[in-house]
Amino acid sequence: MVNSEERLARNRSESVMRDAPAGGHAASGASSDAMARRMRKRGESARWSWLVPTIYIVFLMLPIYWLVNMSFKTNHEIVTSLTLFPRQPTLQNYVTIFTDRSWYSGYVNSIIYVVENMVISVACALPAAYAFSRYRFLGDKHVFFWLLTNRMAPPAVFALPFFQLYSAFGMIDTHIAVALAHCLFNVPLAVWILEGFMSGIPKEIDETAYIDGYSFPRFFIRIFIPLIASGIGVAAFFCFMFSWVELLLARTLTTVNAKPIAAVMTRTVSAAGIDWGLLAAAGVLTLIPGAIVIYFVRNYIARGFALGRV
Amino acid sequence: MDKTVNQKAWFMLIPVLVLVGFSAVIPLMTVVNYSVQDTFGQNVFFWAGTAWFEQILHSPRFWSALGRNLIFSGLILAIEVPLGIFVALNMPKRGIGVPFCLVFMALPLLVPWNVVGTIWQIFGRSDIGLLGWAVDAIGIDYNYVSDPVDAWITLIVMDVWHWTSLVVLLCYAALVSIPDAFYQAARIDGASRWSVFRYIQLPKIQHVLLIAVLLRFMDSFMIYTEPFVVTGGGPGNSTTVLSIDLVKMALGQFDLGPAAAMSLIYFLIILALSWVFYTVMTNHEARQ
Repeated sequence: MVNSEERLARNRSESVMRDAPAGGHAASGASSDAMARRMRKRGESARWSWLVPTIYIVFLMLPIYWLVNMSFKTNHEIVTSLTLFPRQPTLQNYVTIFTDRSWYSGYVNSIIYVVENMVISVACALPAAYAFSRYRFLGDKHVFFWLLTNRMAPPAVFALPFFQLYSAFGMIDTHIAVALAHCLFNVPLAVWILEGFMSGIPKEIDETAYIDGYSFPRFFIRIFIPLIASGIGVAAFFCFMFSWVELLLARTLTTVNAKPIAAVMTRTVSAAGIDWGLLAAAGVLTLIPGAIVIYFVRNYIARGFALGRV
Repeated sequence: MDKTVNQKAWFMLIPVLVLVGFSAVIPLMTVVNYSVQDTFGQNVFFWAGTAWFEQILHSPRFWSALGRNLIFSGLILAIEVPLGIFVALNMPKRGIGVPFCLVFMALPLLVPWNVVGTIWQIFGRSDIGLLGWAVDAIGIDYNYVSDPVDAWITLIVMDVWHWTSLVVLLCYAALVSIPDAFYQAARIDGASRWSVFRYIQLPKIQHVLLIAVLLRFMDSFMIYTEPFVVTGGGPGNSTTVLSIDLVKMALGQFDLGPAAAMSLIYFLIILALSWVFYTVMTNHEARQ
């Protein structure tokens, strides 16, 4: 009796256990089917979504391709026929640029003032950004907005006063003059970016370091700067970017010795018309530093463009 | 984050203040100086009061340039912001496509502005440029040098080419930071693609969108180099925006007084509009 009852109970529980997973399977099978179908539908729309970035990138690259294409053509080919790729590829345009000092020194000048500007902007912005992210003080919000207004100042407004100011100091046609002038919009931007990144570092880290006996400069250099290294990289990237692309101030403040490549390019216009091939080759060479810099910061690029505020 | 009150923090601002004082305050004071004085040369100046400001505010040249600038900025924002969001939504979230997309999309942002102008100047010409040639081949008479409408279209397309990536990258950064759990919850609720965008993605990218709008507004309102290279402000005056007009006046004709007055008005307009964006943005940040 006991045995049979036990067996019965066991049987029943077994059947329950057998049913349960089976039923469970059926149910979950149905729902996962539905889920899969929905996912597949979603997947189909996802399968076509690569088209959008692809078309967009093609749109971005076409004009650049055309420039590269032209830079390998002779002037004769450019003006006589429209060809999708150079029929008689020539390096003559690039040879001209690399052998003529007035051409390649333009690149050297641009890189010198861009690097100077990058170093000055980030170095000055670091303590200021720390102050804004950690402390409250009299007029802090006003000063922060006032700094940002300089980013909003149109360079056209400042072109003439800059020219007169730097003439008075005898700094016209020096690299440092352009570097300082570009600080007008790069310093506020660097402060803004660094403040965003620094606010993401918990304040407890500072406090713990002070308790551990770190002095402020030692803490700042040994602990804090490594923590916001990516922020510094992003700020430097932006300073590079805006200093590299700016022309109006750079052109106004230089004549010969510090003339940026962007201004040298206007030389291709002569009495005989425009030397299109040379102009295109010079343009292509200005793309290269930007491409190299992007490659180095590619992992931070998305967050960097959100100025550390994501 | 709660911040400690510390007035000594001012000392940390000294380097920035000195630098910005030198490269912003002194030049700006020079502009203010010129705007209220007149000169007959030889560095002799005398007080002119608000005469220059009145002259500028009564000149149709200024108002039409301002109008062109506002239309330009409006069109730019209306095209670039939706397009940027659309591209960002369709970008791959992981895989080898990501760095590929990012690097190629960021490239136009690092092209020097006059080279951007040069690229489009060449690309749009019907004799040597692919775009101009293709549009002509379809049968549309397109010439940005002589037709104002074509010049405007060229400038707009050029700016979309140049700057939409900024909006894309900003939105993309915000989109990848949304945790997967949000999307799973939406899928369980059977949310449509639109409601996922409206109730999950849009609120999350709202904040960076404001940054994007602020940056795009400021930069499109200050645009100088690209239209200068492509159209030089022409044909006629049809693409002469404020900064082109200003440089023409200050460095071309050396009309220091009117140029300075115009600079200040121009700067104040940008400042006022940016202040509105900035206030909206910081209020938004505070609410979160």
